[in-house]
Amino acid sequence: MNLKSKDVLGLKELSVEEIEHILNTAKTMKYILTSNNKKTPHLQGKSIITLFYENSTRTRLSFELASKYMSASAANVSASSSSVSKGETLIDTGKTIDMMGTDVIIIRHPMSGAPHLLAKNVKASVINAGDGMNEHPTQALLDMFTIQENKGSLKGLKIAIIGDILHSRVARSNIWGLTKMGAEVNVAGPSTLLPPGLEKTGIRVFNTIQEALLDADVVMGLRVQLERQKKGLFPTVREYARFFGLDDKRLKLAKEDALVMHPGPVNRGMELATAVMDGEQSVINEQVTNGVAVRMALLYLLTRRGSSENID
Amino acid sequence: MKILIKNGYILDIKTGINGVYDILIEDGKISSIEKDLDVTNVDLIDASGKYVLPGLVDAHCHLRDPGLEYKEDIETGTKSAAMGGFTSIACMPNTNPVIDNQAVVRYILSKAKSDGMVNVYPIGAISKGQKGEELSEIGELKFAGAVAISDDGKPVKSSSLMKKALQYASMFDITVISHCEDPDLADDGVMNEGYQSTVMGLRGIPAAAEEVMVARDLILSEYTKTPVHIAHVSTELAVDLIRNAKKRGVKVTAETCPHYFSLTEEACENYNTFAKVNPPLRTQKDVEAIIEGLKDGTIDVIATDHAPHHIDEKNVEFNLAANGMVGFETALPLAITYLVKPGILTMEQVVEKMCVNPSRILGLNKGTLEVGKGADITIVDINEEYTVDVQKFESKSKNSPFDGFKLTGKVYYTIVNGKVVVREGFLL
Repeated sequence: MNLKSKDVLGLKELSVEEIEHILNTAKTMKYILTSNNKKTPHLQGKSIITLFYENSTRTRLSFELASKYMSASAANVSASSSSVSKGETLIDTGKTIDMMGTDVIIIRHPMSGAPHLLAKNVKASVINAGDGMNEHPTQALLDMFTIQENKGSLKGLKIAIIGDILHSRVARSNIWGLTKMGAEVNVAGPSTLLPPGLEKTGIRVFNTIQEALLDADVVMGLRVQLERQKKGLFPTVREYARFFGLDDKRLKLAKEDALVMHPGPVNRGMELATAVMDGEQSVINEQVTNGVAVRMALLYLLTRRGSSENID
Repeated sequence: MKILIKNGYILDIKTGINGVYDILIEDGKISSIEKDLDVTNVDLIDASGKYVLPGLVDAHCHLRDPGLEYKEDIETGTKSAAMGGFTSIACMPNTNPVIDNQAVVRYILSKAKSDGMVNVYPIGAISKGQKGEELSEIGELKFAGAVAISDDGKPVKSSSLMKKALQYASMFDITVISHCEDPDLADDGVMNEGYQSTVMGLRGIPAAAEEVMVARDLILSEYTKTPVHIAHVSTELAVDLIRNAKKRGVKVTAETCPHYFSLTEEACENYNTFAKVNPPLRTQKDVEAIIEGLKDGTIDVIATDHAPHHIDEKNVEFNLAANGMVGFETALPLAITYLVKPGILTMEQVVEKMCVNPSRILGLNKGTLEVGKGADITIVDINEEYTVDVQKFESKSKNSPFDGFKLTGKVYYTIVNGKVVVREGFLL
């Protein structure tokens, strides 16, 4: 099976079959990743560029390692040390990278839709590594992979997503992906951080963390950016933690074996109490490992796509 | 050369002429409107099967001249207007420099005289530099030829300054046009706040950002007993507030634009920057309310808000894309397609909203077909269907979300001051 599009821009655009195919491929990749010799020739002769207009530790590193484990030529472009800081447009930067024989461009950008614009203007495959408040598809794929690994299947699971849904591309990608895969999604957050019309996406929206947590199989915390407080979206970190922080006591509302997840980086004591973050139910560290596996799978599938088409 | 327009269906509100007549134009003026005029040695225009209307008047456009000529200038802007059937247009002051002093007014009027295809009426700024701090020299602007004042493109954030602007402008009998937007509520929004902005992960501009300011300006207008004209109305509640104010006797007039009765926020899908405009495209419910407001007379004017932008300002990330769309060459066909053909407005009402009312509100003495008056005439086939091709636009910019739309209604002739500038659909 081939992915339909040359690009992975969001889970909004992927079909159930494609998501399943990516997650299955990631299983093989995880096997490689956790073996003694983390080197495969799958991406030999391919060149992979990460183009990051925002800071990132784990996403960027995990794409880089995924490329290197599979023998690709990989390089970075960061906005601060490139022509971007001289005012070059996204399309011009993208075309320059494209013309150097690049197979995949991985882009992170503070503006929603930037990867879509890039994808329209380059021959290379484009992977969205997070665009504005829109999507972060590889994060949602690794989240789904982690859930599947622990729970067997996504179908029928109750997933609670807690926090700043309004600004969260992780939440949006997870909402699209999880609902497509048959999970039941419940979200909760301060009403100033819930975007309008959320219910129309087929999820349930609550104003208390308790309602969303009830009988949940998975609890996902979202990073709350501290500058949101300065913009008046919630009064204090203290009050946020009091009403929406996940602690031991609240976690008991969820199922006994519920997973605790977070895309990181975590504001300890705000979104998650330290005891919960480091507790037995937390799979936050597994998520990081799985992130590499999922990204290996995507790189493999996208680069394979072109060649098998030629053979066909 | 005399011009004789034969067998057209003449529609004029002021004189009440409504039927097939001939029009004779001599020395730039209409000299006769009669049945079966027989004159020889004339430039004969056969208008049979077509409507002959007063030349369209646009109360709201951006000509980008001076300072932003890479988007549009007075020559290309007025050519575009002529192709759309407009014979008189009022241009907004957000140029560089801003039209906040008489020198810029005089520059525009003189350039319009030498390079312009249609009558151009500058609108001056309410505040110096459109900064919203101090009133501009409104009296001098008026005497130099400005027909209204507005900080369009930017709202007048200070309620106190708006109150003073209304009071001061009334002394000179010059219309105040308000761009209603609460900048705090609009925040960094780039499209309508609603389901679509949630799905696309874009920051939303709530309808309330417009409505709060509409309410404020209606209150200030009532309080100061001075008229106010509300620009580009786009929301249901804004229409409702204006309707109520009119019932209370507030001297308010209002305009909307073709995109607010023909498109919704869904046009922004796939990060389509051609649909990025301020105020943003709203929801179906708002579109229906705008249409109702046009129908019941709450909304007096259909204006273009012609806002040309260079392709480099649109072929970028949605957040970075400039607001606005070109409008001259699609306005009348959109009104015919979305309002006349479905039976919402009659052609008479279109003439009111695109000729009579804008002329009255700006004090232009245009918008009518009368013997003895300057011959500003638009001849249109309201049944001809065509497909919009933005590459054929006369405007320097092609930023229209209507490319490829099938529309009904085609301008065949535009006559300005007795001079044919568009003939058989082609610019002369």
